[in-house]
Amino acid sequence: MALAFKIAARFIKSSKGQTILIVLGIAIGVSVQVFIGTLIQGLQISLIDKTVGSSSQITVTSKNDDRAIDKWNGKVNDIKSLNVGIKNVSEAADFSGFVKYNNKTSPILLRGFIFSNADSIYKIKDSLIQGKEPSSDNEVLVGKDLRDNLSVKLGDKITILTPKGKNEQVTITGFYDLKVSSLNNSWIITNMRTAQNIFDFGDKVTSIEMQANDVFTADVVAKAVANKLDSSNLKVDNWKVTNAATLSGLSGQSASSYMIQVFVLLSVILGIASVLAITVMQKSKQLGILKAMGIKDRVASLIFLFEGLILGIFGAVFGVLLGLGLTYSFSKFALNTDGTPLVPLYLDYKFILLSGLIAVVSATIAAVIPAIKSSKLDPIEVIKNG
Amino acid sequence: MAKIIELKNISKVYGTTIKTKVLHDINLSFEEHSFNSIIGASGSGKSTILNIMGTLDRPTTGEVYINGKRTDNMVKNELAELRNKTIGFIFQFHYLLPEFTVLENVLMPYNIGYGRPTKEIIARAEELLNLVGLTEVKNNLSINISGGQQQRTAIARALINNPKLVLADEPTGNLDSKSTENIYELLRDINKEFKTTFVIITHDDRIAEKTSRIVEIEDGKIKKEVTS
Repeated sequence: MALAFKIAARFIKSSKGQTILIVLGIAIGVSVQVFIGTLIQGLQISLIDKTVGSSSQITVTSKNDDRAIDKWNGKVNDIKSLNVGIKNVSEAADFSGFVKYNNKTSPILLRGFIFSNADSIYKIKDSLIQGKEPSSDNEVLVGKDLRDNLSVKLGDKITILTPKGKNEQVTITGFYDLKVSSLNNSWIITNMRTAQNIFDFGDKVTSIEMQANDVFTADVVAKAVANKLDSSNLKVDNWKVTNAATLSGLSGQSASSYMIQVFVLLSVILGIASVLAITVMQKSKQLGILKAMGIKDRVASLIFLFEGLILGIFGAVFGVLLGLGLTYSFSKFALNTDGTPLVPLYLDYKFILLSGLIAVVSATIAAVIPAIKSSKLDPIEVIKNG
Repeated sequence: MAKIIELKNISKVYGTTIKTKVLHDINLSFEEHSFNSIIGASGSGKSTILNIMGTLDRPTTGEVYINGKRTDNMVKNELAELRNKTIGFIFQFHYLLPEFTVLENVLMPYNIGYGRPTKEIIARAEELLNLVGLTEVKNNLSINISGGQQQRTAIARALINNPKLVLADEPTGNLDSKSTENIYELLRDINKEFKTTFVIITHDDRIAEKTSRIVEIEDGKIKKEVTS
């Protein structure tokens, strides 16, 4: 073992040019792997965050005509008792109606939230561009686009009209920007009791919304929730169904990233295997004499496995550093017009470690063929042919 | 005296479609502590005999005994072990490992057979290098010394495991006559001092005359033997 390692290390050290070439080959492969993988992961995470990160991923609604979910507290507790990776559960009482200010009317969705819960999903506090969250009843938040349409300002009183003809005055305490203009234009956010009172709904909600720790398990989580609630009157939707187009985009991206990585890996393995195969030819004289002196075939093949291992380790280390450097400079120099990185930097250390590890393992595997060749080499061939 | 090596009815055929018989029914043995040479024209089969004695090549028919043990039916690993511990090789071309220093090359057979060299073995290697006059270049890479020095390194290497038998194939084939002279003096001294059996192939009669037994090979057969 020690001898094989010693000889391998000496072989590597003695042909520096070749060693640098192989290490560079592996390093570039690994760096592309790390760079592309990190980039795509970052892209995916930011895309998910932008599309489903600040919205309900799993939504429980009622199938009844009045859309009411009663005894909602118990149901929320049931959901929270599940251990399937649910986070951020929020209840909502939503009603369609109209808003009137001066002579302008506009269709709206009045959303009654428990602010502390809704904040975890919608990040309302962070999206406030003016004013503050309502602290008492009959206070509301209005979206940025609706504000511009109605030309309202903080402290203005607007009128909410229900389909049943009831109207109620509420006070604007703040404006939000959820970065989606259709929401900014239609949602009026208030506390739950205000919404329930305006629409004479009693203590019921219209939906229970939640997010999953891993957004891609939303369907599984939704199923678990449906089983737990076990009610034919309730419907559990998840974003994978309602947002199928986004999902297919995301999985297409993942698949293409895997393809790229597989081919990079393949070319790295082939590169190492071919260079090491040439090394066996070059070193056949040395191997012949080592065998004449009594080195065993197993040790002779170990020499090349060690060569693969050592080259793989160096290549992986340099490759990871190079890949991180590339990723870092990409996030520094490829910027949006507002100065934020085009793709946010997201380092998944497990993935990076895995990329390095795969390179080391594949370099060693690539050395198997040369190792077998080396073990089969007959010393007499070398001795006879000089 | 005991026989260190014995060949019984050895024949060797090369090729499968076109068969060339290079050795015909050779019976040959060498005694312990002796100093022998095999001479013959090129193509006579003398190198093939040496390779078969050294277990690097296998006979087509016949039996080979080294140190009383039959070797022609041993498996590769047993042969490797036997070569490492019993036989030292000196070839026409030195076949040193260019990646290693002179001292490391000398220690290599020990390294292969027994693992990491001990202090005693390193001292022995240095003594051998002193014997062949290479103390000053022992830490040079083996490619950074002259041809004669390389061949003397190969001799030191052949002796490190204290083998009972040293097989040498034209060990001075590519050296000038002064170096040749020195090397034979050296081999003779070693034979006397360590009681190592030597079988040396050469085509130079003058060298052969210095050995105590000369075996002449012609067309794959033993033509004559001279014992002095």
